[in-house]
Order: sequence, then C-alpha cells, then structure tokens
Amino acid sequence: MKDKKASDSYCLGIESTADDFSVGVSTFKGRILANIRSQYVPVEGGIHPREAARHHAEVASNVLEEAFSKSKIKPKNVSVVSFSQGPGLGPCLRTGATVARALASYLNVPLVGVNHCIAHVEIGKLKTGAKDPVTLYVSGGNTIVSAFDSGRYRVFGETLDIALGNCLDVFAREAGLHQTEGKPFGAVVEDLAAKGKKLIPLPYSVKGMDISLSGLLTALTNLLKRREYKLEDLCYSLQETAFSMVTEVTERALAHTEKKEVLLTGGVAANKRLQLMIKAIAEEHDARFCAIPSEFVVDNGAMVAWTGVLAYTHGVVTPIDKSFVKLRWRLEEVEIPWVE
Amino acid sequence: MGRMNRPLLIKKGAEASLYLADWHGRKVVMKCRLPKKYRPSSLDEHIRTYRTIHEPQLMHEAKRAGVPTPTIFLVDVKNTIIVMEFIEGKQVKRLLAEVSASRRQLLCLKIGELIGKLHRCGIIHGDLTTSNMILSPDGKVFFVDFGLGEKTRELEARGVDLHLMKRALQSAHFRFAGECFDAVSKGYFRVLGCEVGKSVLDKVREIEKRGRYVSERREE
Repeated sequence: MKDKKASDSYCLGIESTADDFSVGVSTFKGRILANIRSQYVPVEGGIHPREAARHHAEVASNVLEEAFSKSKIKPKNVSVVSFSQGPGLGPCLRTGATVARALASYLNVPLVGVNHCIAHVEIGKLKTGAKDPVTLYVSGGNTIVSAFDSGRYRVFGETLDIALGNCLDVFAREAGLHQTEGKPFGAVVEDLAAKGKKLIPLPYSVKGMDISLSGLLTALTNLLKRREYKLEDLCYSLQETAFSMVTEVTERALAHTEKKEVLLTGGVAANKRLQLMIKAIAEEHDARFCAIPSEFVVDNGAMVAWTGVLAYTHGVVTPIDKSFVKLRWRLEEVEIPWVE
Repeated sequence: MGRMNRPLLIKKGAEASLYLADWHGRKVVMKCRLPKKYRPSSLDEHIRTYRTIHEPQLMHEAKRAGVPTPTIFLVDVKNTIIVMEFIEGKQVKRLLAEVSASRRQLLCLKIGELIGKLHRCGIIHGDLTTSNMILSPDGKVFFVDFGLGEKTRELEARGVDLHLMKRALQSAHFRFAGECFDAVSKGYFRVLGCEVGKSVLDKVREIEKRGRYVSERREE
C-alpha cells in the first residue's frame, strides 16, 4: 500500500548551509520535480554569514513559490519537509531551519533534518545509479573522501585545515580576480589555468589519507606578491598540485576499500581538470567514474528533498524541539538505515 | 618455483603495485611506483623518485630503531622500483577482527611500542594503518610502506602520525577502535615515557579538533 502511495507522495527539501538558498521537490520514488536555487554573491570578500542569511530570508518565499509552480504540486500535497540541519554557517542554517519548521507546522507534516554532506552523496547516487561509491566531496567548505561501511558513511580522508574550494577562492581574491556574471572563482581560476604552462614547485602535503592545503595557499600568496610568475602559471600550478593531492588520497581510499565506483561532487566537481584526474584513477582501478549533472553537484534543495525521502521512509523524523541546527555535524555521526 | 618466475601482481595499491617475484632464488616483493597519468609528468617524476629514495632509507633506520621491516635488496631509482624481502604472515587489518579481545590488546600494545620506537629515533611513518603492519609467524610485527614517511622529531609530526593510526582504527575497526587505540597509547607511553607520551596525545586531541565539524570544538 505504501508503494502505491509513493508515486504521489512528495518531499520538499530546503538547503541553506552557506551562500545558496535552494528548494527542491522530490517524489518518494526519486523523481526530482523542482530544484530552484538563489545564490548570495558578496560585493567583495568571502561569504558574510549574516549577509548571506539576510539574502536567504529575503528570497525564501519567492524560491518556495517558484518550486511549487515548477513542480506543479500544491502545498497540501507535500508529505514531508526536509532541511539541511548542518554542517554549515549558523545564521544561514537557522534561516533555512526556520522556514522548514514554519512550513511543516503550517502543513501539519513531519519534519526531517538532513546532513548536508550525506545529501550530496545521496543525490549523486540517485542521479548516476551508483550503488556503493567512494565519494570525493570538494566544495568551499568541505574536502572529504568517504565511503559506506557498516551502517554509516565513514570518513577515509579529509583536509586537515582549509577546504579545496576555499583555497581556490582565497587565492583568486588575493590575486585580485573578480566573479563576473555569476561565474564562481573556481571557474575563473580554471580558465586562467588552462592557459598556464609552467609548473611551479609548490608544497605537496599528503598525510596518510589526509591532506593539508594551508601551506600551499601561503606559498602561492607569497609568490603573488613577488610578481615573478604569470598568473596563468600560478593558477595552473595551484590546480595541478592541489588536485593531484586530492586525487592521490581518493585513489588510496579506492585501493583500500576496493569499491568499484567513484563519485565526484561538491562545487569544485564542476572543474574539468579535476574530473579528468578522478576519471583516470577510476579507470586505473577498474571502477566506474560517476559524473553527476552540474545542477546536482553544487548545493541544491533537490538533494535535501531526496535524502529527506530516504530518511523518512526509513523511520527518521526530527521533532520540532530537536530540530536545532548542528553547525559541526560530521557525516559519520549519522546512522544510515536506508543503505544495506 | 616455476610459478614465481613471472612476477605475480599481489596488490595494486594507490601509490604502487606490489609484485611477488623470484629474485636470485629468494621470494621477494617488487614495489613498482608506476607513472600516474593524472598528474603532470614533472610532478609525478619528482614524487615517485623522492619516495623511492626515501622509503628504503627510512626502512633501514627503522630496523636500527628496533622496528622489524623487510630487508631491502635493490633500489632502482631510475625505474622507481624497490626490491625487498617478502614477509610471510598476516596483515594486522585482517587479524584484528579474528582474534580474541586479549590477543587484540597485546597486538595493539606491541604496535604502540613499535610506533614509540620509531618516534624515539626521529622517524615518522606517515601512513600508519593496520594494512601496513604484518604479523609474522614468529610473532614479530613488521612495518611496511614508509613512502610517506619523514625524519623529524617535531611534536606536530608525531601527533599527526598517531592521529592517522587512530583514524585508521576508527574507519576500518570501529567496533573496537577505542580499546585498540588505548592499548596503542599504552605501548607508546612505555617506550617514550609518560611526559612525552602525554604531550603527543594532547597534540593528537588538538589535531582532531582542528578537523572540520568536530563537535568538541563547540565547548570552547
């Protein structure tokens, strides 16, 4: 009976961990009906949490409305509301959580708090058909190599300091680059790197399955000040060195777990050069490289909606009084009843 | 012996492929660091050459520190190949799940002592996981894979080394990670003494907190 219902049951998911406010709608069978996203772009500098939260509050009702009209469902059709409960920036998370609580209470439907990092993995699996992948999740806030083992996603490697996307962003800002026409800094660096030829020696720091990027960033900013090298070469060297590091640790996890699929996700996954590198190690180990459509690698509401479906249909609900946001919620803390 | 004439791939690791081979009548492991197509060739060559040179040096020094490691027979820097003794035995990774709690305790205690001995002589292993430890039939624990190792006495490096051991236990042996790491620490303290041991463990805690989204940091 539940299956019959699954086709006309919907989960609405709200994502607001950082600079994106996004609402997605998923059927219980995993059909994504809407995935609407509004991004806060700082005038200068990085993400200011308070300003980003202000943006989210401003656009929330419009994004919601758009999600309803795109998915062609009515609010009363929503069976569950899910939201990114963490990890992320406090003010941003709280804004999304407030919208989610209000909506769930108003519609009188269950609320499900979802771990943002797990949502990235789950939407990747849904969109590529991957069953049991090693995932490299690289974004402005995260650099994690994870894989499923005994009831949870385990962290096999991660950054010991800053995230890969953060490293690219800070370098781009230090170099005086600008985000034009909504193009993220990562894409600006990628374009310049494509014109670079000279590989400048930079710190390469792999510790077991972990990496460290802060030394690389410091070395690069110092080189910038010395003005000895072309910016294109610096971008090229940054990409080659940093990407080689994450690729090496991903390959280690792949060799260690002997899994047969590799998933690349997070904002930095849009980078073509990184895709090539990860594809190469997947082939090397007879694993399938699972390419996710770009709409679903960046932060998005659809991934929260779909993970909400998985959690809810396996008995996970978050009572309102337990729905406080978790700024530092590691993915291995979450039990995953929906994976065998 | 016929079977051994041709090198047999026994493990395709991330960094190198390991072949079982016959080398002048000895059973050996050939560790071949093959070119990685994904990274630029100059960076690739640098990394492979560096590790091929440093790994045998560290293995040799580890032996002097009292930590069993395979004997090195040949280092071919040009082709980035190391030929070393094949150690009969079982990977600690597989053993931990099989043995009794008390044996597990003893094994981890032993591992802790060996890590202590390395650190006492200024050697950092760099990739302490239970797949890189082999228990030989005569009860010795061999450490292998020093490719990411370095020579330093810095507290930070010691802390990261032990942190990696802890993380390896948590990801591959989460059911008894706690008791195992406690035993490792105990062995480590035995060799390095309480004062140094404590400062390294404090460092491990500090490194953990540096990690992203660690809930303990909330309290600060």
